[in-house]
Amino acid sequence: VFGMSANSLAYSEQSGAEAAVELGQETTPTSSAGGAAFGLFSTDFKKNEDLKEMLESTKESLKLEAMKRVVGLIARGKNASELFPAVVKNVASKNIELKKLVYVYLVRYAEEQQDLALLSISTFQRALKDPNQLIRASALRVLSSIRVPIIVPIMMLAIKEAATDLSPYVRKTAAHAIQKLYSLDPDQKEHLVEVIEKLLKDKSTLVAGSVVMAFEEVCPERIDLIHKNYRKLCNLLMDVEEWGQVVIINMLTRYARTQFVSPWRQDGVFEENSEKAFYDSDEEKKEGAAQTKPYVMDPDHRLLLRNTKPLLQSRNTAVVMSVAQLYWHLAPKHEVSVVTKSLVRLLRSHREVQYVVLQNIATMSIQRKGMFEPFMKSFYVRSTDATHIKTLKLEILTNLANEANISTILREFQTYVKSQDKAFAAATIQAIGRCATNISEITDACLNGLVLLLSNRDETVVAESVVVIKKLLQTQPSQHSDIIKHMAKLFDNITVRRRFIERSPSILWLIGEYCEHVPRIAPDVLRKMAKTFTSEEDIVKLQTVNLAAKLYLTNSKQTKLLTQYILNLGKYDQNYDIRDRTRFIRQLIVPNEKSGALSKYARRILLAPKPAPVLQSAFKDRDRFQLGTLSHTLNSKATGYLELSDWPDVAPDQSVRNVEVVEAVRINTRSDCYYKSESEEKSESSEDSVKSSSQSEKSSDSGTDKKKKKTLKNKKLQQGKKAGKDGYRPQSPALARCFTRLHIHVVHCFCLSRLFPVQVSSPVFVPVRPHELLHRMTGKGLAAQYHFPRQPCIYGDHMVSVQLTFNNHGDHALEDIHISEKTSTGQSIHCFRPIERLEPEASVTVSVGVDFNDSTQAASFQLCSKTERFSVSIQPAVGELLLPVTMTEQDFSREQGKLVGMNESSATITMAPETVSSQPVSKKVVSVANVGVVPSGQDNVHRFAAKLVSSGTLVLVCVVQKDSSAQLTVNTERTVVGSMLLRELQTALSSAP
Amino acid sequence: MIHSLFLVNATGDIFLEKHWKSVVSRSVCDYFFEAQERATEPENIPPVIPTPHHYLISVLRHRIYFVAVIQSEVPPLFVIEFLHRVVDTFQDYFGVCTEAAIKDNVVVVYELLEEMLDNGFPLATESNILKELIKPPTILRTVVNTITGSTNVGEQLPTGQLSVVPWRRTGVKYTNNEAYFDVVEEIDAIIDKSGSTITAEIQGVIDACVKLTGMPDLTLSFMNPRLLDDVSFHPCVRFKRWEAERILSFIPPDGNFRLLSYHVSSQNLVAIPVYVKHNITFREGSSQGRFDLTLGPKQTMGKAVESVLVSSQLPRGVLNTSLNPSQGTYTFDPVTKLLSWDVGKINPQKLPSLKGTMSLQAGASKPDENPTINIQFKIQQLAISGLKVNRLDMYGEKYKPFKGIKYMTKAGKFQVRT
Repeated sequence: VFGMSANSLAYSEQSGAEAAVELGQETTPTSSAGGAAFGLFSTDFKKNEDLKEMLESTKESLKLEAMKRVVGLIARGKNASELFPAVVKNVASKNIELKKLVYVYLVRYAEEQQDLALLSISTFQRALKDPNQLIRASALRVLSSIRVPIIVPIMMLAIKEAATDLSPYVRKTAAHAIQKLYSLDPDQKEHLVEVIEKLLKDKSTLVAGSVVMAFEEVCPERIDLIHKNYRKLCNLLMDVEEWGQVVIINMLTRYARTQFVSPWRQDGVFEENSEKAFYDSDEEKKEGAAQTKPYVMDPDHRLLLRNTKPLLQSRNTAVVMSVAQLYWHLAPKHEVSVVTKSLVRLLRSHREVQYVVLQNIATMSIQRKGMFEPFMKSFYVRSTDATHIKTLKLEILTNLANEANISTILREFQTYVKSQDKAFAAATIQAIGRCATNISEITDACLNGLVLLLSNRDETVVAESVVVIKKLLQTQPSQHSDIIKHMAKLFDNITVRRRFIERSPSILWLIGEYCEHVPRIAPDVLRKMAKTFTSEEDIVKLQTVNLAAKLYLTNSKQTKLLTQYILNLGKYDQNYDIRDRTRFIRQLIVPNEKSGALSKYARRILLAPKPAPVLQSAFKDRDRFQLGTLSHTLNSKATGYLELSDWPDVAPDQSVRNVEVVEAVRINTRSDCYYKSESEEKSESSEDSVKSSSQSEKSSDSGTDKKKKKTLKNKKLQQGKKAGKDGYRPQSPALARCFTRLHIHVVHCFCLSRLFPVQVSSPVFVPVRPHELLHRMTGKGLAAQYHFPRQPCIYGDHMVSVQLTFNNHGDHALEDIHISEKTSTGQSIHCFRPIERLEPEASVTVSVGVDFNDSTQAASFQLCSKTERFSVSIQPAVGELLLPVTMTEQDFSREQGKLVGMNESSATITMAPETVSSQPVSKKVVSVANVGVVPSGQDNVHRFAAKLVSSGTLVLVCVVQKDSSAQLTVNTERTVVGSMLLRELQTALSSAP
Repeated sequence: MIHSLFLVNATGDIFLEKHWKSVVSRSVCDYFFEAQERATEPENIPPVIPTPHHYLISVLRHRIYFVAVIQSEVPPLFVIEFLHRVVDTFQDYFGVCTEAAIKDNVVVVYELLEEMLDNGFPLATESNILKELIKPPTILRTVVNTITGSTNVGEQLPTGQLSVVPWRRTGVKYTNNEAYFDVVEEIDAIIDKSGSTITAEIQGVIDACVKLTGMPDLTLSFMNPRLLDDVSFHPCVRFKRWEAERILSFIPPDGNFRLLSYHVSSQNLVAIPVYVKHNITFREGSSQGRFDLTLGPKQTMGKAVESVLVSSQLPRGVLNTSLNPSQGTYTFDPVTKLLSWDVGKINPQKLPSLKGTMSLQAGASKPDENPTINIQFKIQQLAISGLKVNRLDMYGEKYKPFKGIKYMTKAGKFQVRT
């Protein structure tokens, strides 16, 4: 019906009623043939009647029960399409399980019942707006799975919307929906490519695999879309889920083959962009110039190889295989062997996995014996292996054979020849033959061994041996007359001969071909054959005629009569092939007046030296396919196979992969890129990140001075960092901070670009709420108050700024008010300049900076005047330890998505009725905590973002209002802060304004 | 990617089908049945079968064929790995993965398959994510559901889907906090006629059962990590940490999982814990053959060799056997010619033996090859490679967990050629 994907697309495009009819035809006969007699079928029909009733009942449980039975029907391949109207009514059910089962049904039958299916569309459109991301996603999944051409525009709209959804899970679903829409209507390609382009920029690891999959399916030729995302994909790879990793690695393999120059060009001289390239000296450079342009690997090429290597340790065999093929196709020759161990490890996995892996190893081992030779014993055959596994292992062992290990391999083969699995024994004999031709030293030994096998009782083994001996002799016939003699001797025993010849007429051919080497035996064989000629198989008869002809030409004295006898027998044979052959031979060899010029050449025709057959691996030509692909396994091009292009001669512009760094103010809010955690910041890898950052800078320079430039750039970058440390660019303290504390991360960000910018914003204005520091009674006239002005502290970026207001309530002036010593509780504090004199009734305000270390522990210190000292303490509210940041709604939900689990604390609160409208909620939240308001698209959702002053950890607050109650969520890595903040907000929100 | 899935039983009936894209007629399976007929053994069906318009990729587990229908180029291992993951999930949910279990739970199976793939591309394969979406059926839950009308289907997106630790559920609570680790090593070996080792290697796994409250962060270190030559990890293991310090650092999934599989470097000599003395002979022209087999322990570090099971595929010419085991029981199936001897424990003082005669087909010639003997055994409290766990520490939570580590050695593919 449909062969190529293009056809199948056309097929689904016109689908409609035609498809429905066809499907109906397809399913009905099979289901009745599947064991159900007509009687059973009719009871099925009755059952369906009661199912209909159940589905239309008002009881939820009955409906659910009915749906479960319907799904049972679908699973068994029974036709349940007539229930469509009854089922589709339940699409909006509140019961989630029921709803899901209806979805299953709908996706299965919508194509057949297009008109009725349209009834459900509005439900999905509504669900696409649901606040629950799971519901949004599953609505999109079902909507896009309904293969009804009419709704293409609706699907397109839904996909576009979902592609910008806040939830990465929904965006992932959108990526899947792209492929579905494309297969439904390929005309939408242009629009879909736009969506793919957008989603490729997505930084969520959840989306990456799915969108690359969509890319591969919809527009694999648009390699230009990958450029800007190449480095991001390489860096994300480790954190992407395993299935996505496979898809991304395969795509990047293809990409790399179009963008980088071959690392194989000069195998001997290999120089690489390693540390040497950075710290090279002048003389080395001269050397380089003298040589003919040494190969330097593109740093992006190296990045890919480096980032995929750890995935060889994946538990997922598909991931390991895809990395192996990436190394095979992209890595310099001497690096490919890193994949060996992992591939051998996969041989421990399930039988099917072994099968595919062995096939790939077979192809690899032809070109690179050395890779697998140390692991030769892993390919030894066990009696319990399946036949196809055995044959593959044999193939590999044969490929690995060389002068050094051949004796071991042959010894192993001897065991296999005796195997009870005769097909395998025959394959082993073939393998021995191949070893014998490849390694000339052992040809004799192999031949002798094979000759011994001729006395084997099993015919398959004997026949195979003769064939292999024949091939071997053809390669070097002269010195092996004794072998032919030996074979001919087997003819003495008539029963053996009969059996023997039937299975392998090629022995006759062999004797005929080399009859000059065995002048005594050959005529005797012919004599024996003549005796039984009439009762032989056709193929044997043909070979006998051939033998006779050859002998006639070489030894006509002895065989003339015999030949004529045979030719006469052949003339009246029942088989016309034999009659034909006989006639031809007679004309050719027996000279008579009618025979023309041809008979003069009879000798040259019949006894022409034949080229020796080539014994080679069945996997010889498989390397035309990319390893690990279906096409490689099948050894034929599968539908949709994408060719791996050859390396370009000249690398295309590298700068296309550069990503502009928009602004420097980027803070790593997520230092737990799971695998790249702690150690990443250590020296070794920080060098790496510096390296890659210099890549991201424009480096289109070429030739020998490239290295120098790079070093220069490197220096520049370091200078930049130093400048940052010294407080360079004072107008932006946040910038300075992020340079000092997280400079490695910032550098990292450039290439990772997975981190979004967090910018400290100005705080929302709230009325000053003063707290008492020192009461005038205890302070003997001196009163002090403090409040948090919520401004970034000018003294240090880890500090919270606190304003102190001193009042002199006494009757004499106070002198030299200052903070005497550092805090007793360990916080660092930036003091104010001592106040020299405070007149009675006068007041003065100063500001200090306190580093609270993001804890609400009070900072205690001694406040001194000239005569007195008072122990005071500043107790920060948790909301004051924050600085507001701005971010978009999208960034917010992405970050929130990362901070789930124990990083999330939430509570439901009943709100005072006055707070129900929007304004008071945010007012209340900001009054408690110094957070920035995130613009929100929904009226009932309020989002706030802030970061902790000291550590820079992100704190996200989200309030979702529902009538009079609200769901309050706080996400932050600092769980303690999170729960305290939650408690504070809870009390604030639930109280009246 | 994966277009449809058909489940086929040993007798060649399709008992379940699921389509993720347009419906593919089940007649496509005819190509599979053809291959099934051609194959002499169920294992011999090629895993990848091309048909005119589709490709069939199948795996065989628990005597059920899982046949995936593919329409265009896809890495075959991708599909194979996924199908195995499906089987693992079924096993996890229903305890067993049999035709009966699948048929009984057909709704859950369908719901699972629906969640695991979207448009043929894997969506959720992590067991703990699936369990939040679809709760495994238990008798208690079924009863409760029928009374209360609640469902097995979760309404919220599982937290794991979005988190950086997708393998762990949140809000895990236990009264007894326990973490058990089983170090299980398997010896694969081929021993030749004379008793010398042709090839032997050790493969090991660490299976864990972790029931810990909250978000524990565990580290596991070894006394001799250098032994581990090639390793593959559960995604929870921090790779960099292993690279740098050879320490396994991870936030574990909840419940049972395989933390690590490893291969012990081939340079190390492998201790073979059992030896076999055998004398199996067929004489030309005689209808009797001798069978004589004795097992004994060696290099077991003083541990007992238990659960020994010997099996052998005898040549086709053998009609029946009359053997006498010194311990345990033996059976011989005259149809499949499979001899199996359940030995039990090897007592070093009194070595188990199996002696007697085989009767051969009269007139048939003597078999070319002596049968290969497959041996299974277990040795408790011993990791044959000598691998030892140094310590297990927990961070991130305050309680004191109960920790347990168990070692075991088993025979993998252990064959003796005779």
